[in-house]
Amino acid sequence: MMTMAKAFQRPKTLIPTQTHYCPGCGHGIVHRILAEVIDELGVRERIAGAAPVGCSALMHRYMDCDMYESSHGRAPAVMTGFKRVHPDKLGFTYQGDGDLAAIGTAEIVHAAGRGEKFTVIFVNNAIYGMTGGQMAPTTLIGQRTTTSPYGRTPEAAGYPIRMAELLSTLEGAVYIARVAVNSPRNVIEARRAIKRAFEVQIEGRGFSMVEVLSPCPTDWRLSPSEAMRFIEEKMIPYYPLGEFKKPEATRR
Amino acid sequence: MKVAERALLTGNEAIAEAAIQAGCRHFFGYPITPQSEIPEYMSRRMPDVGGVYLQAESEVAAINMVFGAAGAGARAMTSSSSPGISLMQEGISYLAAAELPCLIVNMMRGGPGLGGIQPSQSDYFQATKGGGHGDYRLLVLAPSTVQEAADLTMLSFDLADRYRNPVMVLGDGYIGQMMEPVRFVKPGAAELPSKDWAITGAEGRPRNVIRTLSLDPESLEAHNLHLHRKYEDMRKNELRVEMIGTDDAEIIIAAFGIVARIVKTAIRVLREKGIRVGLVRPITLFPFPYEALSEAAGRVENVLVVEMNMGQMVEDVKLGVCGRSEVHFYGRAGGMVPSYEEIVREVERIHGGGE
Repeated sequence: MMTMAKAFQRPKTLIPTQTHYCPGCGHGIVHRILAEVIDELGVRERIAGAAPVGCSALMHRYMDCDMYESSHGRAPAVMTGFKRVHPDKLGFTYQGDGDLAAIGTAEIVHAAGRGEKFTVIFVNNAIYGMTGGQMAPTTLIGQRTTTSPYGRTPEAAGYPIRMAELLSTLEGAVYIARVAVNSPRNVIEARRAIKRAFEVQIEGRGFSMVEVLSPCPTDWRLSPSEAMRFIEEKMIPYYPLGEFKKPEATRR
Repeated sequence: MKVAERALLTGNEAIAEAAIQAGCRHFFGYPITPQSEIPEYMSRRMPDVGGVYLQAESEVAAINMVFGAAGAGARAMTSSSSPGISLMQEGISYLAAAELPCLIVNMMRGGPGLGGIQPSQSDYFQATKGGGHGDYRLLVLAPSTVQEAADLTMLSFDLADRYRNPVMVLGDGYIGQMMEPVRFVKPGAAELPSKDWAITGAEGRPRNVIRTLSLDPESLEAHNLHLHRKYEDMRKNELRVEMIGTDDAEIIIAAFGIVARIVKTAIRVLREKGIRVGLVRPITLFPFPYEALSEAAGRVENVLVVEMNMGQMVEDVKLGVCGRSEVHFYGRAGGMVPSYEEIVREVERIHGGGE
């Protein structure tokens, strides 16, 4: 008799519960990827995360590992404190675009500049989700939000910031990539990049960050499938995918 | 680098060395006058003891690094001076909310705004009444000598661990910069609660989460009540006050920190002149020794409060005295330090009842 093995199951690091995220939100996908990578690397019992302020402030409800909640933008400083106490453990921050690219720019730039040995998951959905859809530093030109009701203009609000490119200029940043979670192919790429970012940390090389273009259908006022198309048609042309910085070829 | 058991050090250096001897191995800070000797000393000394000195990109980052390190179970600290401490207030509120033990040193300078770099006591309200948002308290310790700065620094780590609360050592530019002989004496071994809440990686145990968000008002109120009970325990158990000559005094002076040093000279001069003056010097500013003040003040007609600000501790003195005697205030501000002669004149004016 043939026995069937269960090939696809919930990652151990993902707590079996319902999330508070909206239908079609990208956080669920990114959480799952993160949990899968933590499982695969076998580091659940020696990792700590720092959640941001934003929709994912409550991500400790879903991740079965040690976690901090941080004040807005300061997760890289909090994680710096953790890693300086426990350099033998692994650490990650999980931050949105308001958190990382507006209020927390000083902390992310200097954590990268110092080459802090932790991994940053930067979820860029071009909007402030938790507070109801205000303009973010990564909101696209022309994009309507509750605080750019006529569309973002460069005259009034300047240009969206490309954080992956910006941080990749720093010596201390060792692995910097941008991925998207809008298609199965891109999700597989995203998983590969996030795993690579943690491997770079495990190898003790320095700072690593993966920027994830992620949908926010609720605040974009789009259906979940339209939101995935928005990523493809509007976001990726401005925020190109790829590895902006990676360590020299390794023996592996 | 070797540190003698007894050394001639500035207050800033003494605090840094005392922290290291108390087991602090993680210092995060940002340069600001008049406390930069603390980070400088830490940057020299931490490598000797296998510790971490990290110069943060701002005070905002420094206090959040303390949050991370304290949350990871380490004895962590930062130091700054008035404007820098203002920048840290959000982080201090989070530390108090998350009940993370740590030490924050404030070597006060004149304000408001960028102010000056000369000594001041104008952050009394900020230190003792909360400072940041929300309903919380720090344990606040105010040294008046370099020796006491070292002693209170060592004590502060035990207090922080016992109460799971941030502790502030509140000095001023004078205490930080002046040199005095100091001997490092560890407080007796304290029985402290284990840090089983710390973030260390969930190896063989359920995960730990350090959080301050509480969207359900019932549970947030319960947390506030829990914190409040802790502050009540501090009020019961941690009052520290120095009283000199209050038994036979005709006038009581209340002063803290460096000002109390100056008041002691004034009291000597006044007693030589036949005016019996006593001193009440709160060492803990939170909890504040209301009862000690009330007792001492109940026996006199006049209480004089001397501060290097425009009148902050005087409000707590009034609460303690509660109308039983008249409370007068003499203050210098902006980095000006009152001389003992000024204090003598002020007491004579009050004692004589004239202008």
